[in-house]
This record gives sequence, C-alpha cells and structure tokens, in this order.
Amino acid sequence: MQALDRKLFRDLWRIKGQALAISMVIAVGVLMLIAYLSNFNSLQSTRDVYYERQRFGHVFATLKRAPLSLGNRISAIPGVAQAETRVVFDVALDVEGLAEPATGRLVSIPERKREIVNDVVLVQGRYIEPGRSDEAIISQGFADANRLRPGDTVGAILNGRRRNLEVVGVGLSPEYVYTIRPGEMIPDNARFGVFWMGRRALGAAFDMEGGFNDVSLLLRPGAQVERVIQELDELLMPYGGWGAIPRDLQLSHWSVQNELNGIRVAGVIIPIVFLGVAAFLLHVVLHRIVAVQREQIATLKALGYRQLSIALHYTYWALAISLAGTLIGTVCGALLGRGMLSMYNDFFRFPVLEYRLDPVVVAGAVVLGIVAAVFGARTSVRRAVRLQPAEAMRPEPPAKYSASLVERLGLRRLLSQPARIILRNIERQPVRSAITIGGIALSLAVLIVGMFAVDSLDLMMDMQFRVSQRQDLQLTFTEPISPDGIYSLQRLPGVMMAEPVLSVPVRLRSGQRSRQLSIMGLPHLPELFRVIDVETLSPVDLSHDGVVLAERLADVLDVRPGESITAEVLIGSRPVREIAITSTVRQHMGLTAYMNIDAVRRMLHHDKTLSGGYLTVDSQALPELFRAIKETPAIAGSGLKAAALKSFQETFAANLGIMIFFNVLFASIIAFGVVYNAARVSLAERSRELASLRVMGFTRKEISAILLGELGILALLALPLGLLLGYALTSLLTKAMETELYALPFSVVPSTYAVCALTVLGATVVSGLIVRRKLDRLDLLEVLKAKE
Amino acid sequence: MMASIPDPAQQASAADGIRSNDIVFEAKNVTKRYDMGEVTVDALRGVNLSLRASEFIVLLGPSGSGKSTLLNILGGLDVPTSGAVTYRGRDLSGADDATRTAYRRNNVGFVFQFYNLIPSLTARENVALVTEIVRDPMPPQEALQIVGLGDRMNHFPAQLSGGEQQRVAIARAISKRPEVLLCDEPTGALDISTGVVVLEAIERINRELGTATAVITHNAAVASIADRVVQLSDGLIVADRSNPVKTAARDLTW
Repeated sequence: MQALDRKLFRDLWRIKGQALAISMVIAVGVLMLIAYLSNFNSLQSTRDVYYERQRFGHVFATLKRAPLSLGNRISAIPGVAQAETRVVFDVALDVEGLAEPATGRLVSIPERKREIVNDVVLVQGRYIEPGRSDEAIISQGFADANRLRPGDTVGAILNGRRRNLEVVGVGLSPEYVYTIRPGEMIPDNARFGVFWMGRRALGAAFDMEGGFNDVSLLLRPGAQVERVIQELDELLMPYGGWGAIPRDLQLSHWSVQNELNGIRVAGVIIPIVFLGVAAFLLHVVLHRIVAVQREQIATLKALGYRQLSIALHYTYWALAISLAGTLIGTVCGALLGRGMLSMYNDFFRFPVLEYRLDPVVVAGAVVLGIVAAVFGARTSVRRAVRLQPAEAMRPEPPAKYSASLVERLGLRRLLSQPARIILRNIERQPVRSAITIGGIALSLAVLIVGMFAVDSLDLMMDMQFRVSQRQDLQLTFTEPISPDGIYSLQRLPGVMMAEPVLSVPVRLRSGQRSRQLSIMGLPHLPELFRVIDVETLSPVDLSHDGVVLAERLADVLDVRPGESITAEVLIGSRPVREIAITSTVRQHMGLTAYMNIDAVRRMLHHDKTLSGGYLTVDSQALPELFRAIKETPAIAGSGLKAAALKSFQETFAANLGIMIFFNVLFASIIAFGVVYNAARVSLAERSRELASLRVMGFTRKEISAILLGELGILALLALPLGLLLGYALTSLLTKAMETELYALPFSVVPSTYAVCALTVLGATVVSGLIVRRKLDRLDLLEVLKAKE
Repeated sequence: MMASIPDPAQQASAADGIRSNDIVFEAKNVTKRYDMGEVTVDALRGVNLSLRASEFIVLLGPSGSGKSTLLNILGGLDVPTSGAVTYRGRDLSGADDATRTAYRRNNVGFVFQFYNLIPSLTARENVALVTEIVRDPMPPQEALQIVGLGDRMNHFPAQLSGGEQQRVAIARAISKRPEVLLCDEPTGALDISTGVVVLEAIERINRELGTATAVITHNAAVASIADRVVQLSDGLIVADRSNPVKTAARDLTW
C-alpha cells in the first residue's frame, strides 16, 4: 500500500465517528433507492412477463349483449391479433363461514383449454371439465382468505337461482393482479373473488348462449389503440356497448401502474434528499480536514506531489466514506427490498413475484454515491489544490471575529461572555451554521414526509367512512329494478333506513375531451351516502337538475360550473343529453359525477331506475339480514362498511407500523449525522479555546454549554424551517404522485408536527451528549501544547 | 552513532562533486513582493546569489530578512516577483506549477523548522512517501540508518523526540538522493544537544554524498560549519564570505 493511502486510512480511522455518521446517511439514501427501485424493477419485469405470457388484453369492453357472430367482425378490425368474447356477471355468493354475502365475478373460459386473452394460470387443482356446468376455478386471494381448496363448494345465485359451485382449481389472471371490487378503494379478498367457469355453463345460466357481454382484445405490435377503440365502439354501439377502454384505464393495470409510478418517484426523490444531506456533511468535514492538514498538504507539495495526487487524496476521503455507505445501503436495501416485495404480495397477485436486484440499480446507487462524494469534496479539494506550498508553511492567521448582530443591535449588555462566544461563532461561519440548520431541517422534513402518509390515510378513511358514508351496508342489484324496490329493501330484517341510488354508465363529453364513468343519482340531500366537499366539509345540494362534478373530473374535461356538458347514456335507449354543471366538489378520489336521482330518471325514459341502496342496519339483526340477502336473487352484491374498514386495517396497519419505524430511524440518522458532525468539527476547531477556558477555571458544564449551546440554538432555528420544508416536500410528493383518479389528501395534523420535531430534537440531544463525553475527557495540557 | 553510508556509487559521485566547481543555482536580481491587502511587503529587494555543487552554505539573518523567501524560491516552492532564478541553467522563475513540482520531486530535498512530518505515518512511511514517487531512491531503511534512526523506523512522529523527528525529515529529504538539500531553520525548534545531532547529520550528508546544501539560520554560531556564509538583512544580501576553516558540528556551542 502506498504511504499516501496509509495516511488516508489512518486519518479516516481517527475521524471514524464522523465518517460513520455520514456513511449512515448515505447508506439510508442508497437503501431507499435500492429498496424502491429494485421493487419497481421486480414488479415491472414480473408484470411484463406475466402480461406477455398470459396474453393480457390491450382493449376491454363491456356491453349488454351481442350475438357471437359479431366476434368475427371484431377480429377483423385492423390491428387486432385476437378477440376474446366472454360472458361476465357479478353475483352474490354464500361462502361457508362468512356471515355476509360476498360478491363473485363470474368470467367465462373455454370448456376445453386453449390459449385465450387474459389467460388463467392454475396454481392449484385442475382446469374445468367440459359438460360439468358447476365447476369453477377461483381466484387465489379469495381462496386464501376463505380457506377454500379444490373440492370445496361455494353457494352462488346465478340469474335468480341458487347453485352450488364446485371449486376445482385455484388460479390467477393478469386481469386481476389487483383484485378490487369496482367502486371500492381497498381490496377485500374475503368478500370479492373471481370465478372462472365454462362458457356453456355461464351462457346457459345468463341467457347468453350464442351471445356475449364482454370482449377483450389483444393487439398486434404497432396497432393504434385509439382507432381500434373507435371501431370497436362503433361495432358495439347497437348492442349496448359501454365504451371500450385501453389497458391504461383497466382497473387492475391502472392500480399496478400507479403503484409503480409512486415507488419510482419515491425511489428517486427521497434518496436525493439523503445524499444531498450527506454531500453537505462531507463538505463540512473535509473543509475542516483540509484546514487542519494545511501544512501536510504544503509538505506533500514541497516533496513533489502533483496537484492531481493531492486532489485525488482528498477526493478519496469522500469516496471512501461514500462507498462504505453505499455498500451498507446496498446490502440493507436488498434485504429491505425483499421484505417490501413480500408486502406487495398482499396487494398484488402474481404467479411468482421474484425479487430482482438489477445491477443497473446498484450501479445507479454507486454513481449517486460518487456524485454526492465528489459534490461534497469539491470545494475542499479545490482549496487543497490551490494552496501555495510556501504560503501553507506559515501558520494560518487567527480567525476573524466581530461583534454579533445581537450585540450590534445594542443588546450587548444582556449577553454573558459565553453567550457572546456562541453568537459570534455562529455568525462567523454563516455557511456552516446554515448547513447545520439546513441539515437538521431536512431531517425533520424527511420525518414529516414519512409520517404524512399516516395522517393522509387517516383523513381519507375518516372522510370516506365516517363523514361521507354513513351507511352500514350497501346493496347492488344485478340489474336496475323499479323504484318501488326501495320499499322491499326497507322491509328487509333489521333495516332501519334505506336510501336509493341509481348508477348510470355514461360518456361525458366536452369538445374533444371525454371520460366514461357512472353518474350517481342520489336523493336531493342524501343522509347516508353524502357528497361532501373535503375542504369545506359541507354536503353538496342535489335538489336541482344539473350535475355536480368531482373537481378533478371538471379539470380532466376542462369545464367549469355554469357551462354544460354532453352526457351519452350507455344503457337503454342510449339518450344523449346536455346537462348544466351546477358545481364542482373536491374529493380525494374518483372521477365521479353526481345528480339528483329524479333528474337522472327523467333523463333515462326508463322505468327500471333503482340500481341499489344504502342501508343503516340494526347490528343485532345482521345475521338474519344476511340470510335474507343471500336468498334474494336480485341482489348481486353487498358491501359491509365495517368489513371494509377491518380489511383495510388488517392489510395496512401492520405495514404502516413498519413504515413509521423506518421513517423515525432514517430521520434520526440524518439528524444525528448532522448534529454529531457539526459538534465534532466545532470541538476539534475550538478544543484549544475551550481548554483555555477550563484552565482559567470554567467548569466542564460551562464549556459544554458554550459548544452545545451553539448547537441547541441552531437546532431550534432549524425547527420552523424543517416544518416549512416538510410541508413543501410533502405537497411536492403529493403532486408528484397525484393521478387522474385520486390525490392523497395533503394533511398533517399538529400533533404529527410536534412528534416529528421532538424526534429530531431527541436525536440532536443524543448526539450532543456523545460529544459532551468527549468534551469531558478533554486533555488540557495536551491541547494547549499542540501547535495549532 | 550513525551508520556508515553503504552506497559506493554515491561515494564516487561525492568525490566527483568535490572536484567540480559548476553552479547549481543562480539567482539574479531576485525580488519578491507580498500583497497583504492594505500593505505590501518587499521580502526580497534584488538578491544575487549562486550555489555550487557540493557547496555547503549558511544563509544567516534575523527573522523577516527574507531568507526563507529566498530558500522557497530556490526550492521551487514560490516564484520571484522579478529577476531570474536558474537551476543548472534551467529557468525556474517563470516555470509553471507542474514544472516546479517535477523539479522539487526530482532534485530538491527539503528540511523544515517544524519537521512537517505526516503525523499519521510512521518514520519509515514518511520516508516512503518520497521514495514511492521518485526515480532511483534509496530504501527508506537506508535513509533512516544514515540519520541514525534505524531502530525507530516504526514509530509515529508523536512517539519521537523533536530531534528524532527532524532526523526523519532529513532522511526523507535525502532518500531521493537529491542534488540540493534546502534546510529552513532545521534546529530552530531544538535544544542545543539535539540541534547538534541534526546538524551533524546534515554536515555528513554534504560531505559524504556531495549534496549541495543551503541551511537557513538566525543563529550565527551555526555559520561556522559552512563553506560559505551569506548574510541577509531586510531583503538584501549584506555579506557573502567564505569560511576556509570549517568547525565540525559536534564542536559547536551556542
């Protein structure tokens, strides 16, 4: 090993505490990058392979009913590689051991296995056999949640008749990677499952022999999706087509894609914050090192070492610290990434979700670590290079001090001598003080960003489940029925109140922009399913004939209240209406349009105008109610609010706890790294001064107060800045993750700010105490003897 | 106390050096002005000086007389404000940093008042710092044996006395077999007995290796060990005399 390298290692060993603190900050940044981006890669590559292998469709359409012969014309659309016509119905299920009814989505598959679009992967059991009309392959999530295995049976109401379906296999499909009941926000595996059944069986059960009500298209490479959709819509229009959607809007795909985008954003922004802090810390430490080693640098130059060798020597300092951090971060990131991926297994269903750490990601982490090191070392290295050897042999002139701002303001008499030392020192090194303040502030900001998700979800859940939805149970009919049906709902056992809802699929159009969605027809001032503006918290009045749009939908369609919009109804006689937009309502999720139920009824020219109801129920009577629902063929599905909440808590609560733990840990590492380094550098620079004070009779406590008081002031100054920064970073992240369908509400409650601030202060105090121990061991004679 | 110099080739060249009379350094009308913000300091105000091969000169003068500035310029650590400095006919005054670095690396050995050892490296490693970057160095052990520190090689500077540290610095300077040895107050931080040991080492290197040597001191007693004594005052050479009868370093008193 070269002598210069030995010097490097021994010098690094001397400042190991500081080096380690910085390495840890880098490690956390790299860890995040590796964990997030490896998950991004794993999910994306798994998904892409899965889609490819199972021929996941590019275009999806639902319709009322079309003759099978239309399939040939659909296949003939230019660009279509394969068209799969299917029968798809949602039905109520009666699962043993589950009191409330579940919803089953029955999807037809060919009697004899062939390669179809959205092909099913069998993970257990066997494929259905021809001629056995009650056999079904069920989705894995549903099977797991209800402990169903091949050989078990599930009761289902098919077109008004109760049947016992036999589970022959457990399967997965690219169409249901994220298996969620339409209109809900959280997957509820126990209460929603997909059943793949024979084409003939479903055809017979739902009067679809010789017909279909759903089609998925696989396109050739290079096909123009928009044009295919247009032509498909034209073909399906006479048959009650609801309008085809591209893969991008398919619910499962959209959810997966959304998560992928989220982790990519997080995996880039958060590591940059951490590595930025690390670069600043490196800057501070190296600045100090170069100042201390002024004479050594001059000596090396006098001995004939070239500028480049000197530059490299000090760059290696930063690189060594950074690479150590990168190494730790990569290893821990891979471990955490693996854990994270298994968490995704709870949400996303893939046949095999293999963890994959792409070398490119690791290379990216290394490059980022090197960039942070070089950035942090830059000015110090330049100083070292510019140092004139002859000049450096002379001792550095004493630091320039002046009266601090507080003193200049005439408050001098109020300050004790130590207080003056503290203030003058902070002012003398404005850059370093600013870096310390900035670093502590950033750690607070990082903590707030991490904790924000908790508050945000809390708020969302609160809005969803307590403020706007007051029902206990939501029922959906298989087909809209006559408005009188609300009375039969009221007569169900235990029902205290029933509120009607009419959901109508429409295409809303304004100029070139259009979106396909359901208009929800509700009573003029709904009491159970309330439309609440999340900012004003006031319920929206629906006593008029106009439509109320979710604000995000109005933005998407580029329309304002007072204007009107074209609604093309996609069912019945498919009327087209101009509707006035009365107002917009701010909501956390969904592109929804609301109208008075009577106005919707008038628009339809139709007498079957009740698609479901919201109920409040006497909880004592629930079992009886569920039995009644299970025996009512017209009810396709029900949603129990308490069950949805419970399922949410089960899936998210544990993960949230882990997330909070890591956030606190990581933010503390930043705070610790910043404060510890600032304290150590101050201690090193001023040990002579502090030792002199001790010799003069100052106590340990008093000199600690000088050094740590400075840090305390900086930390306190950093808190408001950190709160602001956290606020800004959070709103930046919410914006970055916002999608057309939802935006995380921007909400941080005061107690969260307080907890975050206290955590950061705690980390500050701990690092202060560690430095205090060093201060107590200050060797007075040794320090005073030293030349510096 | 000190090991003998084992390299016969070096001894041969030392013998050559004594016979030759050629000029190693030549400074003509050298001035150096420092701009210190509000004040300017004229450290050198027109200095003419030459140093011959194998010659041992002492630059004598009070602090602030410009002797360190002159030494720094001769050693390629600094450039003059005006005037010319040549080393074996090559111009140093206008040389760029890279040229001066190469010059220092290959031709000059420096010894400083405060030793300027790298505290995180052992004695041997401090010498290796130089031997690793030059052509044809002597092994670090050998250089340390010459200054009598063969048994202290693995000590860190903090474990060595001032005199020992300075001898490590001398070993470091001579390990590259330099043509010139420039010493800036080598005994300035030492007491008399350790100072004598250090001067003996320098004297011996000049004598046995034939290395042209310039020693700065403000101590007039040291001057008697030199071939020639150059006296500086206020940035000018005020006296330049030969010293035909050299005193051995061990006989010095001050």
